[in-house]
Amino acid sequence: MTTSGIQTTMSRRRPRRNPGWRGLLYIAPAMGLVTLFFVLPVLFTVWMSLHKWPLLGAPKWSGFGNYIRMFQDQRFFSALGFTAYYTIIVTIAIFAVAFPLAIFVEKQRPLVSAYRTVIFLPVVVGLASASLLWVWLANVDSGLFGPLFEMLGLTTGRLNLLAKFDTAFLTIVAMVVWKIAGFTMIILLTGLQAIPQELTEAARIDGARRWQRFRYLTLPLMRRTMALALILSVTGSILAFDQFYIMTSGGPQNKMISVVYYIFNQSFVSFNLGYGAALSIALLAILVAISVMQLWLLKVGDERP
Amino acid sequence: MTTSTKSSRRRHRARKVLWDRIAYHGIGLGTACFFLAPFAVSFLASFRPNSESGSPPLPPWPRSTISFDAYQALDTFGAGIWQHMVNSLVVSLGTVVVTVAVSVMAGYGFSRYRFPFKNVLFVLIIATLMIPFQSILTPLFIILARLGLNNSLFGLMLVYVTLQLPFSVFMMRNAFDAVPKEIEEAARIDGVRDLQLLVRVLLPLVMPGVATVSIFAFLNAWNEFFAALVLLSSNDNFTLPVLMSAVRAGRLGAINWGAVQAGVAVMVVPCLFVFLLLQRYYMRGLMAGAVK
Repeated sequence: MTTSGIQTTMSRRRPRRNPGWRGLLYIAPAMGLVTLFFVLPVLFTVWMSLHKWPLLGAPKWSGFGNYIRMFQDQRFFSALGFTAYYTIIVTIAIFAVAFPLAIFVEKQRPLVSAYRTVIFLPVVVGLASASLLWVWLANVDSGLFGPLFEMLGLTTGRLNLLAKFDTAFLTIVAMVVWKIAGFTMIILLTGLQAIPQELTEAARIDGARRWQRFRYLTLPLMRRTMALALILSVTGSILAFDQFYIMTSGGPQNKMISVVYYIFNQSFVSFNLGYGAALSIALLAILVAISVMQLWLLKVGDERP
Repeated sequence: MTTSTKSSRRRHRARKVLWDRIAYHGIGLGTACFFLAPFAVSFLASFRPNSESGSPPLPPWPRSTISFDAYQALDTFGAGIWQHMVNSLVVSLGTVVVTVAVSVMAGYGFSRYRFPFKNVLFVLIIATLMIPFQSILTPLFIILARLGLNNSLFGLMLVYVTLQLPFSVFMMRNAFDAVPKEIEEAARIDGVRDLQLLVRVLLPLVMPGVATVSIFAFLNAWNEFFAALVLLSSNDNFTLPVLMSAVRAGRLGAINWGAVQAGVAVMVVPCLFVFLLLQRYYMRGLMAGAVK
């Protein structure tokens, strides 16, 4: 009697334990893909970075040779420097445009959702398409900007925007702002709308001016959102490739080689796969450091009242 | 006396409101123009005949006749524009279908079952977001070659699916978490189980999540350039962005700008169409990502 009772509870319990394995079955395809196309490649990158790895022929162990070479590689450091410069300028430019836009489209008014949609449109097209579109607009003979500026009398003669570093850089920054500002605007908008209406009302009644309300109320309450927008903009900019490859092919005098572009050149143009892997590890380390900083920044934002 | 000052003040205020409104919409329309103009100029210019396509777009619209010269010129590149559109479509739609299938299953598994290392595995999937895929392309290239998937659209699609997974699994787990357990229990009592339960009963309930996952998968796969550039080596397999980078590089030093404009239109119009059609689901995904 008792044993059979135990047995029935056992057999009743077993199907309950089974779903555990069934759960693993459901996530198996996702885990398989992530393992095969993400975890394995990351480990493989580390392994490759310790080798001299030509496209054809056997890879040769070289220890930290690639890393030592990296620290002596002037061109890698100029790529890092350029990427940092680009990241800072473009992030400032995006915020300078996106913040006023977010405030502009914050309140419900007639037509405001149409404005939001239109400003957001460039975000959904590819960076490659946007680069292609703007490289035509900036072309000296067949484009829009050069001839238009000449027609309006802003320049004497026709300006070739992509021929000099400064103007080419400015064109790319303008393109990226056009393409990304809508995205940052929406992120900032969620932060703005999360500020309770009563707080702004109370501040207004207390006699706070518009600027004071912005400085002492809006900005502190937006800390978390701004940190998020900042991080997204920074990580995106560090990985920039499409615009430099398509618009300037590395720019006048190869001055516009970003880090990803340099890794691409080393790995897939010169076929120094091992060295490319070492550079990739450096890039990966930089981005993981930024991601960790992101978590920390967001957490710091959480702790504030 | 007092009534007249009151009414003048009211008139003054009404005028101020009117001016405010005019200023607001003036700025709004100006901004909208700035963001819309590049699309409009390029789109209009793509219908100019060959004789005009090399000249500046002032004005952007075709002056003599509307023509499809630019699109015909685009067709002479690579394996013909239809082939490359089909390539891009196959990769994008394949990415959508596989991403949805894999992430619905994974989301369901993570939401409803308990198994060893569940949290570790979930964090592992999400943590791949931290690592830029640009840094692992070389080994991906080699792994795909070992699997016999080098220069293949199927291989590229699998890579795109993997890149979509962190966001998609996260979205789908939240979607399943929001479905009350009672519905499932009721269905179970009725004798529906496992995959049937998932497909027949739960899938309709998480459709908004599926829509969000789909639209992001489509847009990202359609627009992706770097991985396609590295992983595809033969002309016939190029997706649209890779084809267009070849068009932009030009032939014998001459660039056919008409073909560039036409190519931009071909790449951009589907994105704008999909976005405008499914805007609600797109914004939901964006918010989920932002609030997370």
